[in-house]
Amino acid sequence: MNQVVEQLKRSIVIAVKDIRIYYLKGPVIIFGLVFPLFLALAYTVGRNMPLKEILPGLTGMTTFFAATAVGPSIIPWETRSKTLERLLSCPVALWTVILGDVLSSFFFGLIISVVPLTLALVIAVQPTGIALLVPGVVIACLCFSALSVLLSAYPPTDVPATTMMLSSLVKFPLVFISGIFIPIDQLPLWGRILASISPLTYFTDMARQLMLGKGYYPLTVDLAAMFVYTAVFLLASFKLHERTIARRLS
Amino acid sequence: MGAAIEARNLTKQYNGVMAVNQVSFEVREGEIFGFLGPNGAGKTTTIRMITGLVKPDEGTAYVAGYDILKEPVKARQHLGVVPEVSNAYIDLTAWENLVLIGKLYGLLRSVLQENAVRLLRVFGLYHVKDRAVRSFSKGMKQRLLLCMALVSEPEILILDEPTSGLDVESARFLREKIVQFNREGGTVFLSTHNMEEANTLCHRVAIINRGRIVTVDTPENLRARITELQRVEVVFDKHVELRELLKIRAVRRALLAGCRVRIYTPNPPEVIESIVDFARERSLRILSLNTAAPSLEDVFLELVKGGSVR
Repeated sequence: MNQVVEQLKRSIVIAVKDIRIYYLKGPVIIFGLVFPLFLALAYTVGRNMPLKEILPGLTGMTTFFAATAVGPSIIPWETRSKTLERLLSCPVALWTVILGDVLSSFFFGLIISVVPLTLALVIAVQPTGIALLVPGVVIACLCFSALSVLLSAYPPTDVPATTMMLSSLVKFPLVFISGIFIPIDQLPLWGRILASISPLTYFTDMARQLMLGKGYYPLTVDLAAMFVYTAVFLLASFKLHERTIARRLS
Repeated sequence: MGAAIEARNLTKQYNGVMAVNQVSFEVREGEIFGFLGPNGAGKTTTIRMITGLVKPDEGTAYVAGYDILKEPVKARQHLGVVPEVSNAYIDLTAWENLVLIGKLYGLLRSVLQENAVRLLRVFGLYHVKDRAVRSFSKGMKQRLLLCMALVSEPEILILDEPTSGLDVESARFLREKIVQFNREGGTVFLSTHNMEEANTLCHRVAIINRGRIVTVDTPENLRARITELQRVEVVFDKHVELRELLKIRAVRRALLAGCRVRIYTPNPPEVIESIVDFARERSLRILSLNTAAPSLEDVFLELVKGGSVR
């Protein structure tokens, strides 16, 4: 137990290092800030809808893009700059390093999510709804961060642009099937089935329910689904990185 | 004296190609153990298996008594490592790099600060401690990497080609620090293909070729073992046909090295007498004559060429 706690502390050390090094890298700024900003503008400008109606989708999209901006690039960057082997030669388990990377991505997501949450509070969404949404944002950021680090596992490349591009190939379809642009209850059956496999669906649904009082799934289902996805993404990330680490170092 | 590192039948294949094959050796506490081999011999793969970065297909290694497969974190807690393909974080300062590594070893803040200051002073980096590593020269970066390996006060230091590509002064400085670490009781595992480095630093060396250990011995014993590589070097005042020299008994090989004739023999005294007679008969003057024991490089080439002599 003591060893696990010690490794968790070392994960935080790694997360702090990632924050100092990677938050201001170009691709992180582009994919984590500029991109969601322009997507949000494209989503809101010219739509004949009150901002309050748009806000759940906007929150989902911003949180998703922010929390997945840092994760995909750290391991390829560290492979390329030849710091990964140095890091792994320390008394840390591979899962400690992966968790540290997830945490740095998670904090980035949390920081950026403050913007839509503040906006929601300003345009008179019930403060109780916002208060309930906060734990949802926390678990959603963790879930999306774990997904982003999982996306960096394969192929074991040392080119950050490759993983950024491949992760975009996963991220964009998820945005379109997750009830951001069209609420889930308005989707056809096949659309609803497709939406149910996306972790983003549950966060957007939760935001819609807490901001507008109109959700498709019960809140408990939304939260439980995000917990399950987080666990699955974390475990898959540990396993897949473990499999590919030898190829990455060679 | 116990074993600081023990490799047992380490074996690793990559895509069907055998990189390391049944490698076993023991590094004793308090010694500098050299690991020699040509490029692609399996040195780095062996080190990665010893440090737990790569899982062997077969065998295991014990570091400070811990099985690296079962308790890699505990084993690495006793290690300081300078990997071959490695770098400090160039976006961080020298100080931040040391603090990062110290925290990953779980050092107390006071111990970490004390060690970091001491090492930066000893390695001549204290005045640049707040500069981003990006601006450092290769020699400074390598010194910082050694600081990072030493900041946790490890019992065992594993160095993979630490002086490769460094200028003479920086390489000598690092070698001095390695010897100093050893004098203070530390064990060193040094992978290198610099024969002179292995010869002057190492108490024992293992030679690896094509993934297999060829031999493990002291540099002195290795040189003594290959008697055919003893040689007599002679300079005559006139040109001499090498085939004439090859007629002398006990001469195995003769070759020209500039104006010098290098004669390989298992019996140098007999050859010296014969050369003096040879010169007298042909009215040649001997300008210089000396014997030379085989260098570690000669031994290495002979062993690598000859395969297993273990």
